[in-house]
Amino acid sequence: MTKTAGHGFGGFNPVSAPDYLPVPLLRDLQLARLQQIVRRAYENVNHFREQMNARGLNPDSIKSLQDIGKLPFTVKNDLRDTYPFGLFASPMGDIVRLHASSGTTGKPIVVAYTKDDVEVWTSAMMRAFAACGVGSGDIIQNAYGYGLFTGGLGAHYGGEALGATVIPISGGNTDRQIMVMKDFGVTAIACTPSYFLHLLERASELGVDFHDLRVRVGIFGAEPWSETMRRRIEEMSGIKAYDIYGLSEIVGPGVGIECSCQCGLHIFEDHFYPEIIDPVTNTPCAEGEEGELVLTTLSKQAMPMIRYRTRDITSFVEGQCACGRTLRRIKRIGRRADDMFIIRGVNVFPSQIESALLAVEGTLPHYQIVLTREKGLDQMEVQVEVTAEVFSDRIGALEALHTKLESELEHTLGIRADVRLVEPHAIQRSEGKAKRVIDKRNLG
Amino acid sequence: MKIHQLSLFLENKPGQLTAPCRELADAGIDIRTLSLADTQQFGILRLIVSDWKRGYELLRDKGYVVKDTEVVAIEVPDRPGGLLEVLKVFEKSAVNIEYMYAFTFGRGDKAVLIFRFDDPDAAIALLNSAGINVVGSVEVYNR
Amino acid sequence: MAEFLFENRIWDPAEKLPRNELQALQVRRLRDCVARLENVPFYRKAFAQGNVNADRIRSLDDLKRLPLTTKADLREHYPLGFLATPRSEIVRIHGSTGTTGKPTFVAYTRDDLVLWANLCARFLVAGGLRPEHMVHIAFGYGLFTGGFGLHYGAELVGAAIVPAAAGNTERQIVLINDLQADVLVCTPSYALNIAEMMRAQGYTPDKIPLKFAHFGGEPWTEDMRLEIERQMGLLAFNNYGLSEVIGPGVSGECVVRNGMHIQEDHFLVECIDPDTLEPVPYGEPGELVLTALTKQAMPILRYRTRDIARLDPTPCPCGRTGIRMGRVIGRSDDMLIIRGANVFPSQIEEALLRVEGTAPHYLIEVDRPGTLDEVTVRVELRPERFSDKMSQMHVLREDIERQIHIVAGIRANVELVAPQTLERFIGKAKRVVDHRKEKGLI
Repeated sequence: MTKTAGHGFGGFNPVSAPDYLPVPLLRDLQLARLQQIVRRAYENVNHFREQMNARGLNPDSIKSLQDIGKLPFTVKNDLRDTYPFGLFASPMGDIVRLHASSGTTGKPIVVAYTKDDVEVWTSAMMRAFAACGVGSGDIIQNAYGYGLFTGGLGAHYGGEALGATVIPISGGNTDRQIMVMKDFGVTAIACTPSYFLHLLERASELGVDFHDLRVRVGIFGAEPWSETMRRRIEEMSGIKAYDIYGLSEIVGPGVGIECSCQCGLHIFEDHFYPEIIDPVTNTPCAEGEEGELVLTTLSKQAMPMIRYRTRDITSFVEGQCACGRTLRRIKRIGRRADDMFIIRGVNVFPSQIESALLAVEGTLPHYQIVLTREKGLDQMEVQVEVTAEVFSDRIGALEALHTKLESELEHTLGIRADVRLVEPHAIQRSEGKAKRVIDKRNLG
Repeated sequence: MKIHQLSLFLENKPGQLTAPCRELADAGIDIRTLSLADTQQFGILRLIVSDWKRGYELLRDKGYVVKDTEVVAIEVPDRPGGLLEVLKVFEKSAVNIEYMYAFTFGRGDKAVLIFRFDDPDAAIALLNSAGINVVGSVEVYNR
Repeated sequence: MAEFLFENRIWDPAEKLPRNELQALQVRRLRDCVARLENVPFYRKAFAQGNVNADRIRSLDDLKRLPLTTKADLREHYPLGFLATPRSEIVRIHGSTGTTGKPTFVAYTRDDLVLWANLCARFLVAGGLRPEHMVHIAFGYGLFTGGFGLHYGAELVGAAIVPAAAGNTERQIVLINDLQADVLVCTPSYALNIAEMMRAQGYTPDKIPLKFAHFGGEPWTEDMRLEIERQMGLLAFNNYGLSEVIGPGVSGECVVRNGMHIQEDHFLVECIDPDTLEPVPYGEPGELVLTALTKQAMPILRYRTRDIARLDPTPCPCGRTGIRMGRVIGRSDDMLIIRGANVFPSQIEEALLRVEGTAPHYLIEVDRPGTLDEVTVRVELRPERFSDKMSQMHVLREDIERQIHIVAGIRANVELVAPQTLERFIGKAKRVVDHRKEKGLI
C-alpha cells in the first residue's frame, strides 16, 4: 500500500499561514507582544515586578527585542516558591484550565490557562500537525497520556481544531493500540518515541507489519531521542517521524516542531520567543553555538513566562529552511543542563527517588538508577542495597519491602519503576559525587 | 532450647552461594544445615552453624547483611505421619509456622526439622506439653 | 415556591419544555432519526423487515415497531458499521470494553460533541456548577467517555478545569486543597477513597474546599452518598450515561436529588421486562432502553442498556420536565463494574486461555475492603505446571495478571491454586462471587 499525504506535494494548509510571516513583520509583532506581556507581568505578578524594580527596570525599558537581555530569568524554583498561584497574571475567574507536572519535591508545579491561552495552545498544536503534513482528513491516534500532563490534551485539542478524527486512546494497552491502528486505518500517531518503538516491536511479535498499515506520520516528543532512532523508526515502519518540542511551563507541546525537511525544530516564534545562552555566564550564544534554551511566552495571559530557563541544551540552526518557514529552528534536544532525566515523557529528579526511599526505610540506603530501553520502551530500575535494618529472614517480609518501595516510587514519580534489592556494596562507590543515574538508553 | 539461625541476603544470580560458605569454611566454622529460599530477584540463605556468634560477626564484618533469628529444632519420628503429629500440636493454637526445613541428617529412626515460629517460646511450651522432643542447642551446634 | 438546597439554575431552557411540546418534538426528532438511519445497513434491513419507515412514525407509540439494538449488534458491525454519516465528518472516537477482546467503538461529529458538552453542562449546572468554580476531574481520560464528557461540559460552562485523571490519590488531595477546588468529578468509590485518605491526613470537612461533587460511571447507594457528604462536607450528585448512547449526559440529578432527569429532548427512554421485553409500569424496576434521537454520527434505536432502574413520571419541583430515573440497581447480564470499568467474566476466561498451563476452572471474587474494588481471580493449575520453584510460580502468576490487564483492562490479584481444588458445578458454573453485594455496597 502506498502512503500518500493528506495534502498532496506542495499542499498548503491555511492554518500554517503565520509560519511564513516575513521576518521584519515577525520581529515587529514579537516586539509589540513582548512589550505587552512584560507590562502584563509587571502589573499583575509581584514576583516579576520586584525583580524588575531591583534591576531598575520597568515596562518602558523594553524598546527593542535586544532589550529582552535586560530582563530577569525565570527558573523552575520560582514556580515552586510561588506555588500555587504566585505567578498568575489573571484573576481566578478567567482561568479555565490548570495543568501540573511533578516537581523535585513534594509539591507539583502548577500552570494555568485562560480561554485565550487554550486557544493559542490549540492553534500552535494545530500548526504543528500541519507542519508535518497532517490535515483534516487524517485519523490521529493520540497515545500521549491524558490528564495533568500537557501532552495528551494539547495534542487532542490541536487535532480536534484541525478537523481531523481524534482517537483519544491515551497511553498503555499496547495490543489494543495496534488493533485500533489497524481497524480504524489510523494515519497519524502521537506518542513518545520510545513508546512507538515498543509498539513496533509488539506489532512484529503479533505479525503486524507497519508497512501494511495506513499510518504515515508519527509526532514524537516529551523525551529526548536521536537521529539514529529516527532512522530506525522510519525504516522499521515506513512512516515519517517528526520531533515535537514543548514544556508545560511554557504551554505544553507545540512550542516547536520539525517540518517535512526534518532539519531542526521550528519554534512558533510569534508566541514563544527563543534565546540560547551559555548556562554558566548567562550570555547569548553565537548562532550555531550550543547553549541553554530560554523561552519567553509572548501571548500567554494567565501565566506569562519571561525568559524561562528550560535547562534544555540545544543550538540555533543557521540559515533559512527549505520549507520557506521564517520561524527560527533549534536542533533536537540532546541533553539537559541538570541531573533531571526524562523517562516515558515524565520528568524525574534523583531527589524524588531519594525521598521515596527515605519514606519507606527511614534512612537513605545506597541506590542507583539504571535506565534502559527494552523493546523500545524506557525502563527504570532502582537498585537498592539491603541494609541490616530492613533485612528479614522471611521471604514475605522482603517481598513486602520490595512492593512498598515500588509503590512509594510510583506514587512519588507518577510512573512505575522496578526495584531490585541488591547486596550491600553491590553498587559501585565513587569519589565525590555519587553517580546516581546510569543511562543505558543510547539516546545518541 | 531455642537455637540461633543466621540469615543472609543474596541476589539471585549464579555463584552467589559460594562466597559466604567459603568465608565460614576458612574460619573453621561448620555449617550444620542450610536452606535457601528464593524469589525471581533475590534469595535468603538460612544457616545453622557450629559457632553462630563468630559466624555472625565474621559475615557482618565481611559486609553481608546478616540477621540472627531464634528457631526451634524438633525431633520428628522418621515414619509416615511423623511430621503430622508435630503439626497437629499447632493446629488449634495461635502460633504460626513462618517456615521450616530439614536438618541435614537424622539420628537413627528420627529426623530433625528446623522451625521458625512467630512466637518460639509459646511453640516450645506447646511442644513440651505434647511430649515432643525439642532438640537442645548444644546437640545441634556440636554434632 | 419550593425551598432548595441552593439556587435552582437551569442551563438550557429546553430542560423546561412543557410535556406536550416535548412529546411533539420527540416525534419529529424520531422521524428524522429513522430517516437518517436508512443509511445504516443494520437498520435499513430491520426497517424493511418490520415494514416501517420515517413516514410511518406518527406518534411515540410507533417506537414499538422499531428494532431493539444490543451490544452484540454493535460488535457484529465492528468497528464502525453503525455510522450514519460519512467518515470524513467524524472528529472523535471513543470506545468501551466488550465481552470479548474487541471493544465496541462509538463516533462523534463536531455537532455531536457540541450536543454532548451541552448535555453535560445541563446536569453540572443543575448540580451547582458555576462559571467561577474550579472543577477537579479525577475520572480517567482516554477511550472511556467519562472524563471527556464532563471536561467539555465544565469547559462550556466556563469553569476552570483541573484534568487530574485517575490515580495517585495523594497528589489529587494536594491539588484539591492547594488549588481550592470547588467541584469533584469521579466515580463514587474513588471519591470515598479520597475522602478516607483525607480523613487519615487530618482534614476535617470544614477544611476541605469542595462544595459539590458529580459522580457516575458505576452504581452506588444512598449510604455511600451520605458517607461521602459527611466526610467531605459537600453535596454529591448522581449522573448517568453510557458510551453507546453518548456517554455521561443521558440523565443527571437536579437540586431536589430525587432521581435523575432524563434529557428527553435528545433521548427516548423505555423501561422493559428483560425477559418478555414488555414495558413495566412506572415505579417498577426494569431494563432501560434508550434511543439517541439527535446524534449524527451514530444515532441508536432502542439500545438495551442492561441497566435495571425505575422510572418516575411525577413532576419535579425544580421545573425540569424530563422524566426521572432512579439509581441503577442491577444488571440484566453478568457484567461487573470494577472501579468504573466494565468487566465481563468471559474476558477473564479469554485471558486465561492465553496463558499456557492454566485449567479452565476459575473463580472471580470481587470485594471492596476499603474504598476501592479489588478483584481476586483464583485459577487452577494443570498438574504438569505445578512447580515447587517459587520463582516459576511468580512468573506464571504475573503472566496471567498481565493478560487480564490486556483483555479486561483491570488489575486483578491472581491466586494459583492446586489442581482439583475449586468447586465443580453441574450446569451453569458459578464464576463470580461479589462480596460488595453481600455488604450492600452496590
